[in-house]
Amino acid sequence: MDISINKSPRQGAVLFSPYLRGEGIQKALEIGRENILFEIRESKLKGRGGAGFPTATKWMLVAASVAKEKFIVCNADEGEPGTFKDRVLLLEYPELVFDGIVIAGYTIGAKEGIIYLRGEYEYMLQSLEDYLSKMREDNLLGNSILGQEGFDFDISIRLGSGAYVCGEETALIESLEGNRGEARNRPPYPVNTGYMNRPTVVNNVETLASVPHILLKGGEWFKKYGTDKSTGSKLFSVSGDCTRPGVYELPWGTKISELLEIVGGENAKAVQVGGASGSCIPRSQFDRTLAYEDAATGGSIIIFDKNRSMLKVLKNFMEFFVEESCGQCTPCRIGNVKLLEGIKDIERRNYTFSYINKLKDLGRTMQVASKCGLGQSSPNAFISILENFKEEIFNYNGFGGTNGK
Amino acid sequence: MLLLEKNSLTEEIEELVNLMGHERSSLLPILQALQRKHKYISDFAQQEIARLLDIHPVEVYSVISFYAFLHSEPHGRNIVRLCQTITCDMAGKDAVAKAIERELGITFGQTTKDKRITLEYANCLGMCDQGPAMIVNDRVYTHLTPEKAVNILNEIK
Ligand SMILES: Cc1cc2nc3c(=O)[nH]c(=O)nc-3n(C[C@H](O)[C@H](O)[C@H](O)COP(=O)(O)O)c2cc1C
Ligand code: SF4
Ligand code: FES
Repeated sequence: MDISINKSPRQGAVLFSPYLRGEGIQKALEIGRENILFEIRESKLKGRGGAGFPTATKWMLVAASVAKEKFIVCNADEGEPGTFKDRVLLLEYPELVFDGIVIAGYTIGAKEGIIYLRGEYEYMLQSLEDYLSKMREDNLLGNSILGQEGFDFDISIRLGSGAYVCGEETALIESLEGNRGEARNRPPYPVNTGYMNRPTVVNNVETLASVPHILLKGGEWFKKYGTDKSTGSKLFSVSGDCTRPGVYELPWGTKISELLEIVGGENAKAVQVGGASGSCIPRSQFDRTLAYEDAATGGSIIIFDKNRSMLKVLKNFMEFFVEESCGQCTPCRIGNVKLLEGIKDIERRNYTFSYINKLKDLGRTMQVASKCGLGQSSPNAFISILENFKEEIFNYNGFGGTNGK
Repeated sequence: MLLLEKNSLTEEIEELVNLMGHERSSLLPILQALQRKHKYISDFAQQEIARLLDIHPVEVYSVISFYAFLHSEPHGRNIVRLCQTITCDMAGKDAVAKAIERELGITFGQTTKDKRITLEYANCLGMCDQGPAMIVNDRVYTHLTPEKAVNILNEIK
């Protein structure tokens, strides 16, 4: 296996700071459920999987339910193009992820935690299973965890099979239940009727990995990093045209230009923030900040330098969505195909501007009429790239950049 | 399929079902185990799974057809998945793909005559900082060049 694992140089305020396995669980058991919820609420931690829902609210809803069975599901489907931070957490910081799951289970009153690991990450299955066995040996999993009478909890790992949409929480639950990964109508939300129709918390790997640190150092401490609305730090997966691609932990509120300097991407003409379903930010807006309230992202940052054809970039994104649409609803199933056809027409110089405008309208319809986040966000790239790079794409200047690499 | 093969496949599926459970939620792990070993899930296997889980065979087929990594048609002994998504594309996946196609004499979506290798494209493998990337069965290879990729494939049996 030739994946670079290079733990020692990683540095960061929260996730990439020192932590001893089991510490967070110990602390959680000491302070009890009420105080855990209090600290998480204080920290204003929001979901790191993309949607940014307040974690404490989600946990409280399930903790308050009297159902006799509840579940905590760790979403390790990480399928958004350009995202690979969960890979780093699972391979290099499993103690944070697994302790976070145990703490969540304790807080909401679950006996079972499930990790939904994308099929592409099957190569890490054995090492994760071995890690779980060690936790069982050390009584960090199993019955009466760390001597806490009545706290019985275990974690199992389930694999995906190559479907991006299964990262969407209701599609993920369908998949766990043995079905096609087709998103459900929401509401009801998983906190009410989740896995096996039981109250279920679905959290991203990074969200759960943040929890042990918050408990140890307090919600107030966490809030020192980031902005008012986006507290703490975030892992960014940086790829594309830069000299130092990789995973970086930076506080929310970091400017795009600052990030580019850190990763050696100063020559960028555009940055795709949030992956294929995110939006494309041109150089003129590089002073925007990475934050839920500005340029939001689940972590994906893809950098394009001046030689890249933005039309080709857009085509790659739309091909992705055409393949990954689950096909359940018409706006997404047909819409993505139409948008891709439009891009091919532009490539062939066979378009009119009224046709392009119709396609943008179609995109806006998809944003409101699609059933799940896939179809709601797939037109983002289409609209933002055609808008921000029209000179290049429609060849305003004679020899534009469209014949780039 | 020979009767003997059928019997052994039935036995294998019975074992899997006993291990993983008769519930519907065991369907995917059962299919994944069969896929890993046989590289596809035959009509007969689908019927047997349906029988043992007490669901309609169409349900089994419909699940298989949904997931990119599950197949209902025979495939090669090794499945190669080259990432076709944006960063790997920018890092030169086209050159890698062409070299592999030339070397094996097949195009993506096809299987070599000797059933050694099936070529497929996959979407983002989560290795974008080290692209171009590919997965061979369940092993990942990164920083591919055309030559490196071809050497890797020439070594697998
Ligand atoms: C198409 C689609 C794919 C998604 N993929 C992922 C994913 O791979 N990982 C993830 O954590 N969340 C993903 N999400 C978001 C989840 O639906 C959900 O919001 C998240 O897992 C909640 O966890 P959090 O609150 O900790 O972020 C996806 C959403 C959509 C619409
Ligand atoms: S929006 Fe797309 S992925 Fe989501 S349910 Fe509709 S067809 Fe499926
Ligand atoms: S784009 Fe190829 S691994 Fe992510």
